[in-house]
Amino acid sequence: MPAALSALISGILFGLGLAVSHMTNPAKVLAFLDLAGDWDPSLALVMAGAVAVSFVAFRVAGTRTASFLGEAFQIPPRRAIDAPLVVGAMLFGVGWGLAGLCPGPAITALVSGHRKAFLFLGAMLAGMLVHKFMTRPRH
Amino acid sequence: MRVACYSRALRQGLSREGSVESFTPVSALVGGALIGLGAAVMLLGAGRIAGISGIVGGALKWSGEDQLWRALFVIGLIAGAGIYALIAPDGLVVQFDATAGTVAAAGLVVGYGTRLGHGCTSGHGVCGIGRLSPRSLVATALFMATGFMTVYVTRHLMGP
Repeated sequence: MPAALSALISGILFGLGLAVSHMTNPAKVLAFLDLAGDWDPSLALVMAGAVAVSFVAFRVAGTRTASFLGEAFQIPPRRAIDAPLVVGAMLFGVGWGLAGLCPGPAITALVSGHRKAFLFLGAMLAGMLVHKFMTRPRH
Repeated sequence: MRVACYSRALRQGLSREGSVESFTPVSALVGGALIGLGAAVMLLGAGRIAGISGIVGGALKWSGEDQLWRALFVIGLIAGAGIYALIAPDGLVVQFDATAGTVAAAGLVVGYGTRLGHGCTSGHGVCGIGRLSPRSLVATALFMATGFMTVYVTRHLMGP
C-alpha cells in the first residue's frame, strides 16, 4: 500500500510538471519539433531538468538493494537494440509529430476537456490493444 | 531561491500574452525538475520506472495484482494537471493544429509504437537517459528524429 501511494505522489508531481512546463499543450510540443519554423527549445530544457533529477535518483537507487519502502527495484532487463525498439520508437515519433502528444500529456490534456484530447487517448489505447493482441502468445 | 524560481515560473505560466510563448526557459526547467521528481518518487518509493506507456499499457492486461498502483499513478497525473488548472487563471491550455482524423491516426500510432518500442518520452526519455541505458538513448534519438521529420513534412513540404 505505501508503494501504491508513492505511485500516486509520483503521478501528481509528474502531472504538475507537465502542466507547469506547458508540455500538455500539443502546439507547444510541435513548436519544439518544428526546427525549420519559429523554433521553441523549451522541450529540450524540460527534458534536461527531468533527466538531471532522474539521473541523481538512479545513482541513489544504485547504492541500495531495495527502495526506501522496501520494494524490489524493477528495472527493465532488456539490453539489445533490436528491430522492435527501432521500429516502435520511429513509429512513436511519427505519431508524436502528427498530433504533438505523447502518452503522458495525452492523459493530462483530458483536464482541458478538449474533445480531441479524448479522441487521441482513445485511439492511443486502441493502438496499445492492437499491439497486445498481435503479440499474444499462440498455443 | 526556490521560491523565487517558482513564482517566476508561475508568472510565466500565467502570462496573458497569448497562450503559447515562443520560449519559456524557467517554467520548462521547473516543470522538468518536477517531472524528474515524479520519476524519482516512483523509483525510490515503488522501485519502478515511471514510464507512462508501460504503466498504461500494462493496465490494459487486466490482471489483478498490479492494477492499484497503475491506477493511482494515472489518477495522480490527472490530479497534478488539475491542480495547475485550478491555480492558473488561464487554466490548462491545449491547442490542436491537427484535424480529428489526424489526431486519431496519431493516437493509434503512438499507442502501438510505444508498446512495440517498450517506452515513450518518460520511460525512454526521462528515466532511460537518466540511467544511461543505451537502448533508451537510441530510442529517444529515433523518436526525436522521426518527430522532427514528420513536422517538417507536414508543415513545410505539404504546407500548413
